Amino acid sequence: MKVVVDMNKCQDHGQCVFSAPDVFRMDDDGRLAYVPDPDDALRDEVEEAADVCPLQAIRIED
Amino acid sequence: MSGRMIVAGASLGGLRAAEQLRAAGWTGGITVIGDEPHPPYNRPPLSKEVLAGKASFDSLAFTPKASATDVEWRLGTRIVSARLAGRTVELDDGAVLSYDGLVVATGMRPRRLRCPGPVAGRHTVRTIDDAQVLRDELIRPGARVVVVGAGFIGCEVAATAVGLGAAEVTVVDPLPLPMVAPLGEPLARELRRRHEERGVRFVLGAGVAGFEGGDRVTGVVLADGSVLRADVVVESVGSVANTEWLEGNGLDLSDGVLTDGQLRVGGRPDVVAVGDVARFPNARYDGVPRRVEHWSVPTDSAKHAAKVLVAGDAGPAPFAPLPTFWSDQHDFRLQSFGAPALGLGDIRVLDGDLTGDVLVGYHRDGLLVGVVALGGLSAARTAARYRAELLQQPALTPQGALS
Repeated sequence: MKVVVDMNKCQDHGQCVFSAPDVFRMDDDGRLAYVPDPDDALRDEVEEAADVCPLQAIRIED
Repeated sequence: MSGRMIVAGASLGGLRAAEQLRAAGWTGGITVIGDEPHPPYNRPPLSKEVLAGKASFDSLAFTPKASATDVEWRLGTRIVSARLAGRTVELDDGAVLSYDGLVVATGMRPRRLRCPGPVAGRHTVRTIDDAQVLRDELIRPGARVVVVGAGFIGCEVAATAVGLGAAEVTVVDPLPLPMVAPLGEPLARELRRRHEERGVRFVLGAGVAGFEGGDRVTGVVLADGSVLRADVVVESVGSVANTEWLEGNGLDLSDGVLTDGQLRVGGRPDVVAVGDVARFPNARYDGVPRRVEHWSVPTDSAKHAAKVLVAGDAGPAPFAPLPTFWSDQHDFRLQSFGAPALGLGDIRVLDGDLTGDVLVGYHRDGLLVGVVALGGLSAARTAARYRAELLQQPALTPQGALS
């Protein structure tokens, strides 16, 4: 699974971190960091993360 | 699986309902009906980034999931009535559609002030079309802006108008402080200070009696007879549920559409409601049905309601979302988790202090029921730490069903 976050849209709400903590996290400066190629077993939680992103900045490709 | 699900409403709740019906295993037809001409789009930026010109209107469109690409969209179409006993809805073009399951996702529309005076120059902010027209007026040089209603949307619009360089921005409200009903006095007082520091003027404890002007508004008349000069007026005075089409079915439509703890409507297994039109009891709290106008609710409720509709009586545990909302104003953000409005009687500063980055806790019977962070990213991070604690709290009363 390929995950792309549009960092121009992202405003560091962090909602994705609650949904998919294995894929998204906030770094020490409070900015989003993420795993771009997570295991396919995490698809449900990544989809949830994409759903709850207030800026709709998360895209799942393939 | 044959047959058809009808989703009434084509905004976020309608889109998520369609997607979640597929996720719940529904393989029959899905028809989504919405009165706006636009495919589903994201509304929060309409009072902020998009109004400010920092994001394009095109950027608002949601991207439907691949599972929902075969959904039939009937846009620019209004449902005029429903016969739940016969499982049909009637559209404004005269068509009558039958359904196996119905999702009520028709949302809210802005409440309008019913006062004498001109209509032109008075705006609301709910749709793309609203925001496009308002933006054109706000960017006129020297615009004097009066915002009626000091809730979240009113305060967001006021902040955006200041950022756009409006000559004067005044917010009028009958309550003594902005956003005081949802947030309580300590934060509301500090929010007024921050807004004033950044150029917003407040006229509080004041009602609006009418509007002055000929072809279009030139002033707002207050209840005491004084007049605020205005080139642009924004009305942000609450919202009205779009439920007229459900009348005649014996439903409780006194404030949105009443649901049970599974989001079912009128005790029927084949009708559910999602989003801000749904008045549902949250099993996490006191079991009192409430409408919740947070952005998170359409997604959370659609996920639950779709399972109930597809699985029938063997539905999941009662709907018990942890509410969350945010509001961006000027250079600061409000971020909430839980239900602060249930704990307004016992408000405590949990972290920081009110003039800086601060986290405020709301308690009922000594129990933390909600938090609100105000400030920058560090305040929001602190709020996130309390989210886990809020998720662990027991239900407030026996009417709440969480064990």
